Amino acid sequence: MSARAQFVGRRLLLAIPVLLAMSAFVFLMIHLVPGDPVRTMLGFRATPANVAKVRQQLGLNHSLFAQYAQWMGGIAHGDLGEDFISHTPVSTLLAQRLPVTVELTVLSMSLAIVIGVPLGVRAAATPGWVRKLTEGFVVAGIAIPDFWLGIMLVLLFAGIMHVLPPSGYVPFLQDPLLNLRYMALPVLTLAFGEAAYILRTTRGAMEQTLSTPFVLFARARGLSERSIVFRHTLRNAAVPIVTVIGIQFGVLLGGAIVIEYLFALPGIGRLIVTAINQRNYTVVQGGVLVVATLFILVTLFTDVIVGLVDPRVQEGQTA
Amino acid sequence: MSATPIAVSVVAPRRFAIDSGRRKTRIGVAILGMLVLIAIFAPLLAPHDPDAIESGRVLRGLGFSHPFGSDALGRDVLSRVIFAFRVSLSVAVGSVVVAFVVGIPLGLVAGYRGGWTDTVIMRPVDMLLALPALLLAIALIAIVGPGSLIALLSISVIYVPILARVIRSSTLVVTSQTFVEGARARGASSRRIAVRHVLPNAIGPTIVQASVLMGFALQIEAALSFLGLGAQPPTPSLGVMLADGRDVLTQAPWVEIFPGLAIAITVLAFNLIGDGLRERLDPRGVTR
Repeated sequence: MSARAQFVGRRLLLAIPVLLAMSAFVFLMIHLVPGDPVRTMLGFRATPANVAKVRQQLGLNHSLFAQYAQWMGGIAHGDLGEDFISHTPVSTLLAQRLPVTVELTVLSMSLAIVIGVPLGVRAAATPGWVRKLTEGFVVAGIAIPDFWLGIMLVLLFAGIMHVLPPSGYVPFLQDPLLNLRYMALPVLTLAFGEAAYILRTTRGAMEQTLSTPFVLFARARGLSERSIVFRHTLRNAAVPIVTVIGIQFGVLLGGAIVIEYLFALPGIGRLIVTAINQRNYTVVQGGVLVVATLFILVTLFTDVIVGLVDPRVQEGQTA
Repeated sequence: MSATPIAVSVVAPRRFAIDSGRRKTRIGVAILGMLVLIAIFAPLLAPHDPDAIESGRVLRGLGFSHPFGSDALGRDVLSRVIFAFRVSLSVAVGSVVVAFVVGIPLGLVAGYRGGWTDTVIMRPVDMLLALPALLLAIALIAIVGPGSLIALLSISVIYVPILARVIRSSTLVVTSQTFVEGARARGASSRRIAVRHVLPNAIGPTIVQASVLMGFALQIEAALSFLGLGAQPPTPSLGVMLADGRDVLTQAPWVEIFPGLAIAITVLAFNLIGDGLRERLDPRGVTR
C-alpha cells in the first residue's frame, strides 16, 4: 500500500471514535433533560396514555445501553425516529432540508474563497493601498456579527433598493434563477465574515512564504513575478489556507443556523431552532447529528487534502 | 560593518511589532474601558427607563430627547442599548471567566502530568472541539432550556476545550525548560512547581486567547438571544433587541442599527487587545 493510501486509511480510522463519541452525546441529549423528557415534550398533551405511548416509541423503558444500541441500529437503517408533532419520520424532514443547508454553505464558502484567496495573494504580493484596504475588510469581517450584517443587507437591498427579496426560498430545480435571487442575501451575509478570515490567513501565509530563500532564488533566476506568486509561493502557502477553510466550514455550519432562521430558509438550522422551541427532542437530535457529522466529514476531508498538498504532513513532519 | 544590516533585519520588525502591538492594545483598552464604564454606570447614564412603554412616542426618529430614537413600544433605544449591553457583556465576560476557571486547571494538569492523565483529560476535550461551536451551545440549550445563565454556561462549555488546549501547549513548552528541572532537583512538590513556576510562565497565550474569545462570546450571546434561546424578553439583551427590531426594519432602522453597532465596536475592542497582546508576546507571528 502506498504511503498516501496508508495516510488516508489512518485518517479515516481516526474519524470513527470521534463519530461514535458525537453520536453518544447526541443520544444522551434526551436523557440529560431535567425531569421527565416525555412530559416536557408533550406539555399540555401529557395525558398518561400519551406519555406511555411516546415513552414506548422512544424506547425509554429499556436499559440505557439497549436504547443506544437500538438507536444506532435505527440510524444504520436511516431511521432517526418520528417527529411527535407531525408524525413524519425525522429522516424525511432532514432529507427535505439538507439540500438547502448544503446549497447555502457551499455557495457561501465558494464565494468566500473566490474573494478571500485572490485578495490575500494580491495584498501580500503588492503591499500598499490593497493591503490597507484588506486590513479594513478583515477588521469589519471579524467584528460585524453575521446576522446583523444580514439584517442591514435586507434593509439596503430589499427595504430601500427593492432589488432582492428579503426572505423566502424556491428549490433550485423548480426555478434556478429565482432560487439564486433568494439565496443571494443569505450567501453574501455568510460569505463576508468567512472571506475576511480566509483573506487574513492567505495574506499571512503568502507574506511568510514570499520571504523565504527559495523565492529569492526564483527571483534571481529571473522568473516572472506572476509565476513566482502563483506557481511557487501559493502552492507552498496552501496548507494553512486549506486548514482555515476547513475550520471555518464548521463556523459556517453554525452560522447557517442563525442565517436560515433570519432569511426563513427551510434548512436544517431553522428546523433545529423550531424543534427546540417545541421541545421536539427527536428532531433536535436528528438535526444535531446531521450537522455534526457533516462537520466531522469536512474536517476529515480537509486533513486528507492537506496531506495530499503537503506530503510532509503524511509523515507527521509538520502540523 | 557587515553586522549592521543583520541587526536591523532582526530588531526592526520586533520593535515595529511591539510598537504596533502597544498601539493596538491601548486603543482597544481605551474603547473597552469606556464601554465597561457605560455598562457599570448604566442607571446613571441612561436618559430614560429602558422598559418604560409610551404610546405617544412609538417609532420616533433620532432627536434631542431620544438620540437613538424609540422602538415599536415607544421605549428609548439609547437607554435599552445601554442596559442591553450591560446584560450581554456580563454574559460574555462571565462565560470566559467560567471557562478560564475550569479550562486552565484541566490544561495545566494535562500538560504537566502527561501520560494517562493527559489522555483522560484531553480526549473528551478534543471531542468537544469536533463539534461546531454554535451548534454545541444550541444543543446544550435544547437540553436545559433557554435563559441568560444557560447561555453563559453553554458558551463556557465551548470555550473550556479551547483554553485547555492553549494552556496545555504552553505548559508542555515551559515544563521542558531548565528552571522547572531546577525546581524539581530542589525537591519542590509537583503542585508547587505547576502553580508557582509553570502557570505564571505559561498563562500569557491563554490571556491573549481569552480576550479574543470575550468578543466572540458577545456575538454568540447575541445570536442565541436573537434565536430566542438566550436572554428572554423583557430583559434588554442586544440579541433580543435585534430580534424585536426586525418587524419594524424599514419604518425604524435605528432600532436595528444601534444594538448591532454596539456589538461590532465591542468585538473590535476585544480583538484589538488580543491582536496587540499577541504581537507583543510573539512578534514573529505579526503578519498572521
